This record gives sequence, C-alpha cells and structure tokens, in this order.
Amino acid sequence: MGELWGGLAEAVRLIVSGDREVREIALRTVYVSGAATALAMLAGVPAGYALARSRFPGRMLVLGAVNTGMGMPPVVVGLVVWLLLVRSGPLGGLELIYTKEAMVIAQFLIATPLVIGFTTAAVQALPPELPELLQMLGAGRLRRLWLLAREARLGLLAAVMAGFGGVVSEVGASMAVGGNLQGQTRVLTTAIVTETSRGNTERALALGIILLAMAFAVNLVLTRVQQRAR
Amino acid sequence: MSLEAVRRMVRLRGRAQLTVRAVLGAATALALTATAGCGGGAAPGSAATIGGSMILATTTSTQDSGLLDLLVPLFEAQTGVQVKVIAVGSGAALEMARKGDADAVLSHAPEAEQPLVARGDLVEGRLVMHNDFVLVGPKGDPARVRGAGSIEEAMRRIAASGGFVSRGDNSGTHAKELGLWAAAGIDPGRVPRREETGQGMGATLNIADQRRAYTLTDRATYLALRDRLSLEVVFEGGERLRNVYHVYVVNPEKHRGVKAAQARAWAEFLVAPETQRAIGEFGKDRYGEPLFVPDASRQPGAAGR
Repeated sequence: MGELWGGLAEAVRLIVSGDREVREIALRTVYVSGAATALAMLAGVPAGYALARSRFPGRMLVLGAVNTGMGMPPVVVGLVVWLLLVRSGPLGGLELIYTKEAMVIAQFLIATPLVIGFTTAAVQALPPELPELLQMLGAGRLRRLWLLAREARLGLLAAVMAGFGGVVSEVGASMAVGGNLQGQTRVLTTAIVTETSRGNTERALALGIILLAMAFAVNLVLTRVQQRAR
Repeated sequence: MSLEAVRRMVRLRGRAQLTVRAVLGAATALALTATAGCGGGAAPGSAATIGGSMILATTTSTQDSGLLDLLVPLFEAQTGVQVKVIAVGSGAALEMARKGDADAVLSHAPEAEQPLVARGDLVEGRLVMHNDFVLVGPKGDPARVRGAGSIEEAMRRIAASGGFVSRGDNSGTHAKELGLWAAAGIDPGRVPRREETGQGMGATLNIADQRRAYTLTDRATYLALRDRLSLEVVFEGGERLRNVYHVYVVNPEKHRGVKAAQARAWAEFLVAPETQRAIGEFGKDRYGEPLFVPDASRQPGAAGR
C-alpha cells in the first residue's frame, strides 16, 4: 500500500513541479501516438468505408484479416517493423530505426486495423440508400462524403478513440523500434518499463498515473465531440 | 438508363476515388515521415566536432546503473555525436554487431565476444572497466552459502537445496551463471526450483526477492536496488566472479553503413584518462563505494581489482 500512495504523491509532485523530463516524455507520447492515429484515420477511414459499401470476391477474407488485425499483438508488429528498418534489413538504408518516425510507422500499423474495423461497422450501420438519396438531392461528391461522415460520427470518433487508446498504451513495439532513447524516443510506457527495471517503482507508478490521466483527457474531449448535438 | 444502373455507377466511381485517395494519403504521409527521419538524424556540430549519430549496443547494467546517463552527455558535448543507446542483454548486443546493426558495442561477456572478434565482426577491442558479480540470497541464508570456501562450493550448496532465479536472457550475467554451474559440475536443468525470468537484472532481483531464492547479480545493479530488497550478499570475491567490460567498433570493412569515425571516437572517449576518472568516481556519493573500477591502463584480458 505504501508504494501505491507514494506513487500517487509522486505523480502529483511531478505534475505540480512541472518536471521537465516528464513533460517532454508526455508531449512526445502525444506527438507519436497522435501522429500515428491521424495517419491511421487518413488511411483507415476510406478503407473502412470502401469495405463497408462494396461487395467483391474475398471481402470476407479481408474483413477477417481486419478483425484479426484489431487484436494483433503490438510486439509482433514491433518485431516485424524492426526487422524491416534495422540497418541489415531491407529498408535499413532509410536510417529510420530508433527514431520517432519508426515509432509512428509501427503504431500506424497497429492503429489502422482498429480504425478500419470501427469505420466499417459505423458505415454499415447507416441506411444503405443514404448515398444515393443524397445524390438525388443534388449533393456533390465531397458534400456527400462529408454528410455521410457526419452521420457516422459516433462510430468514427469511436475509431479515433480505439486507435489512440491502442497505441498510446502500447509498449512492446515502441521499445523495439524506438529503442527507448532518453530525450529522443522515450515515451510514457517505455519510461515506465525503465523506471521499474531501475527499481524506481514510485516514479514508474507516477508516470502510469500521468499516462492514464492523459488518455482520459483525450478521450473526454473526443467523447464530448461525439456526444454533442446527438 | 435504369435507376439501378445509375446506382451502380455512383458506387463504382465513389469506390475507385476513395481507394486512390486512401493510397495517396498514406503514401504521402509515409514519404513525409521518411524524409523527416533522414534529415533529423545528424546533429549539427562545429568544424572541430565529428557530429552525426551512432548506435551503441550495450548491456542493461551500464544503463540501469545510471553510468551511461553520466557518460553519454559528456561524449555528446565533446564530439557532437548523438549516441543511440540500445540497452539489451550482451547476447542481443553481440547479435546486433554480427549483423552490422550497431556501430559500437560495450559488453561484458568476454567468452561470447571472442568468436565475433575472431570472425572480424568486432575490431579494436579495448578493456574499459570491471566490477564483480556477487551471489545474493534470502536473509538467514537457508542453503548456508556463506561458509563456502569457493564459488564452486557455493554453487553446489545452492544446488543441493535449490531456489535459484536465473536471468535466462542470453545476457552476460546469464552466460556467467551457466559458466559457474559448469565449473561446479552441475547441470542447471536439474537444480530444484531454478527458474528463468527472461528479464533484466532489476526485474530478476525483484523476483528472487519475492521467491526467497538465490541469484547471481552484478554488484552495480544490486547496490542500486539494495534498499528495496531483502536479499543479502552471500558470496563474493575471486577471479571467477570478475565482470569485465570491453568496448568494440563494429568492423566497417565487413559491414556497410557502420559509422566508424563516431564509433572509434566513442571507444577513444571511454578509455581517455578523464573518462576513466569519472567511471572510478561514479556511484561513490550515492552508494559509498564506486560501482565500476576503471581498467583502461591495463592490458586487455588482464583486469584486476
């Protein structure tokens, strides 16, 4: 019990005192996971939309793959991306290994199936005649997509939350491809591992509380957007 | 044209457009991140500095003890070289060197290092420092290891009653442990209640503590965690428990892309008199004794206390 209270007190102290390293790690976490989620939305929403509205041979296979991808162990993604980006790997020449960009790529691959899956579900929940109806009413192509996205808003924001929540709390892939470099690629989850292995359990717990608070804050904002004017 | 045909056309066009946009969007984003990564690697340095970045594969003990937190900033200030410290077990560090995935290696598994030196993957090896391994165990020392006259005898006493937690992660410490069992003529697979954690030294010490078992640890990590453990040193000293650290450059002639200038500068830095003094002082203020003994003035392989 003592360590739990100590961790809580340490978390409050770190936040109140504005510890520079902790602030940087938290900002870096938001940057990496935010960028990965944004890219995953960019690729996953159209893919999910296409998957929901089209019928083609092998669609079931693709849907099955997406659903499997939604539960893919991040550490496997990390291992594969590491093997691709490491100097002796096929993409080693890009010198991306142990950078924030490598972490964004790995987290993008983790978040994208989540976004596709949630988008597909959200779009399939819309009335199937809606796109044609909108066209009959004279809406242009962009306007149609925008209106459809608005209709599917609840599901799309659920996709953002699932994607961000999935990657911000992930540790294996970030550790493998980022290398947990102090001041460069250390994020909250890998910092927690480091502090734990150094025996600084109170500081580790404090970082965990900050991570939870951050994830909660982000989701609170998204939930507000999602629920507004329902 | 029938209404159904119109519908189909709308669907087809919409689908094609969406697919193209998805592909383009993802490709642009990836290209942007890739170029950002390439440009961001090199740290700007003045004419006198080397600059650039390098990957140092090393053991967890140098990082977990905090030694690299002291040395790396000093080196970066002197040379402008950005060091990416990848702290893994010695086994994984050497594997990175074998494939040319790192530029320099700081390792403490001399027996495992030798084959790579012989094959020419590691060059320009230098003795940096040593500390020592110690056997730690639960309060009360149930296996009566304390009275053992030699490390072999100590290992036999542990084997007799069991309760040993092993790293099991191909680290230098794990290699040393297996060597000690072999020297004592014991098959580690037959030691009762011997468990492998597959984790770093800190985690393994915690598990040994919870299990009330013995384990082999480097002194630096044990001292760093001592306040939180009920484990005590039950055996120490002797040539066999010496923990020797060497630094190597990954052979640039064998592996393309190795940052030889940066790696050489790092090796030079580690054995420079000023750095060696800093290594000898490290930990004194916090633990009352230094965690590492600088050895650069000695010949490789001849480290002594």
